[in-house]
Amino acid sequence: MMFPDYQNIFTQVQVQGTPEMGMDDQGNNMMEERVGKPRFNTFVGLFGNAQLGPYYVGWTTLVAFATGIAWFVIVGFNMLAQVGYSIPQFIRQLFWLALEPPSPEYGLSMPPLDEGGWYIIASFFLLVSVMTWLLRAYLLAQQQKMGKHIFWGFAAAVWLFLVLGLFRPVLMGSWSEAVPYGIFPHLDWTTAFSIRYGNLYYNPFHCLSIVFLYGSVLLFCMHGGTILAVTRYGGDRELEQIYDRGTATERAALFWRWTMGFNATMEGIHRWAWWFAVLTPITGGIGILLTGTVVDNWFIWAQEHNFAPMYDGSYGYADYGSYEAFIGKEN
Amino acid sequence: MLPKWFDKWNADNPTNVFGPAILVGVLGGAVFAAIMVVSYGNPAQTASMQTGPRGTGMSVPEYNVARLAPDPTIEDYYTEEPYVPEGGEDLARDIYENVQVLGDLTEDNFNRVMAAMTQWVAPDEGCAYCHGDVDLEEYGNDDLYTKVVSRRMIQMTQNINENWSGHVNAVGEVGVNCYTCHRGENVPSEIWFNINPVNEAAGGWASVQNRATSLSQATSLPSNALEVYLTDYEAVNVHDLESRVEGVPNDEDVASIQKTEQTYSLMNYFANSLGVNCVFCHSSRAFYDPEQHTPQWATALLGRQMVIELNQEYLIPLEAEYPAERLGPIYADAPKAACKTCHKGYQRPLQGMNVIADWPELATTEAPEYE
Repeated sequence: MMFPDYQNIFTQVQVQGTPEMGMDDQGNNMMEERVGKPRFNTFVGLFGNAQLGPYYVGWTTLVAFATGIAWFVIVGFNMLAQVGYSIPQFIRQLFWLALEPPSPEYGLSMPPLDEGGWYIIASFFLLVSVMTWLLRAYLLAQQQKMGKHIFWGFAAAVWLFLVLGLFRPVLMGSWSEAVPYGIFPHLDWTTAFSIRYGNLYYNPFHCLSIVFLYGSVLLFCMHGGTILAVTRYGGDRELEQIYDRGTATERAALFWRWTMGFNATMEGIHRWAWWFAVLTPITGGIGILLTGTVVDNWFIWAQEHNFAPMYDGSYGYADYGSYEAFIGKEN
Repeated sequence: MLPKWFDKWNADNPTNVFGPAILVGVLGGAVFAAIMVVSYGNPAQTASMQTGPRGTGMSVPEYNVARLAPDPTIEDYYTEEPYVPEGGEDLARDIYENVQVLGDLTEDNFNRVMAAMTQWVAPDEGCAYCHGDVDLEEYGNDDLYTKVVSRRMIQMTQNINENWSGHVNAVGEVGVNCYTCHRGENVPSEIWFNINPVNEAAGGWASVQNRATSLSQATSLPSNALEVYLTDYEAVNVHDLESRVEGVPNDEDVASIQKTEQTYSLMNYFANSLGVNCVFCHSSRAFYDPEQHTPQWATALLGRQMVIELNQEYLIPLEAEYPAERLGPIYADAPKAACKTCHKGYQRPLQGMNVIADWPELATTEAPEYE
């Protein structure tokens, strides 16, 4: 039976041989601060590059890891203390446990350690860790003489992170508005946040964020699918196709132009993808920042701005049927 | 393993068996699935009870297997029509000693109620569960806590039927009697005790949430919602009713995220107690908006007020009467009631069976009126 090799979820081409070490020939000392002997792994090669390492460890990595681990350990030990240092309970309740922000009565002051003080300390470490990691993305791009697109992309996510944990709590005058560090508890926070402020779905920036999020998913699938579909004509060499358009690009372009009258280009599709991805947290962050600071009830705000229609019909099941009929005791 | 001639023949005659094998597998699987569905019914089939206008997504869906199965405790329900007095009979308070409630009943009806209560609450132990293993002449004694508590529970039942008709008879006459909670058990299921704080080494909001407990309904929401909202009249609502209002989260009338989670916990308890979801009462687009509430919202609101009264005036004050094994495991507090103590996961307790028609004695704190 034939299994066409282009219909495969794994990477079909693996390069294994002399490790790619990066250029170190322009006085930029790119091999400095890189650790780990490079090696090859066939399994890893199914998903990406088969070469693992070397790895950049500069001061940014060290600081980011040290502070990140500090955050992780503070959160973990707070959870462990909450279950009385019982390992079985810690494992059992792990997804329920959290390090909570301070209670509202503390405002922006430093609360006692067991009432949110640890949260403030942990958050400080997390802030340092994330910002250092952001700087790391900038410095690494600079060393490679790359554009800073990845740095700005990550910065967009960091914007949302800062809004949630720093900017908005400060504007609200209370650390209690920050998001708890826990698996289920942060989901509780999300739901409660939407409910408290009158349904976040009526927040136009939340709408935009959803558009860009789902749009990113759609674009990613369209682009990935298109490139895989024209790989047999060399379409996977996207960068070359940008300035030397071949039959792969022509076919892909025709497909989309005949599908919807418009097509992106080999270059433009990546700008589409980058902007959609970046705008997701940017618009989301604006929406969060406005909630509770500028608008306290989004549904009422939406009514005032005439885009929350009322529906015709009765409320309550009695006008649509009866409970007895529903449980099969009638008819 | 196989003989050589077979391996050779196999090698010489390559045949694609995948095609036929897949065909047979798919067809066979489809036939098997069809037979199972036809014989046993579709296990995934659901029905929905619409609860609001089209476009709002308001409905309560349920699997047919659960929806059409009657509440199993209905079968064991005991009831008996009253003996309508002709007038002039001696009353229980004259015949027996120490009759503080139900004294206006005739002897027949008094014994009828007593027998029914035995069936509802102590079918295995019988009369002795409250009166003790003593002669009939000594049944007036208040030696056992069970009797003292029962008397208060009779008063509570009468109060519910008399003063909380708006809740218990909201849709039609249903009422409550002992069986509504007890269902043949000495202690009703779904009672609750205080358990807060649930977390060690934490204060404030962190100490009462983020733990899978019976009171958090196994969620990470606060475990103190019943304690806060069903033993006192703490405001449940958390919304601002204008698009912009003044205030910071610490202000008295500004609800915090934490307070919202506490309300969410209570609402989740409501929903689980009745086997429904949010849109049984609310339009989820605007939880706060009374114009988009169903009539059931008002019924639930009354129910909450009722439960607070029951806990404050009947159940919590009985704390001193109970032996240790009936008290809470952590604070030795009295057992308390909430929605699920009666509803047991059904929209209406006992699926809306009328449990008061035969028992006018339990419907009023006054002398009963027979028809």
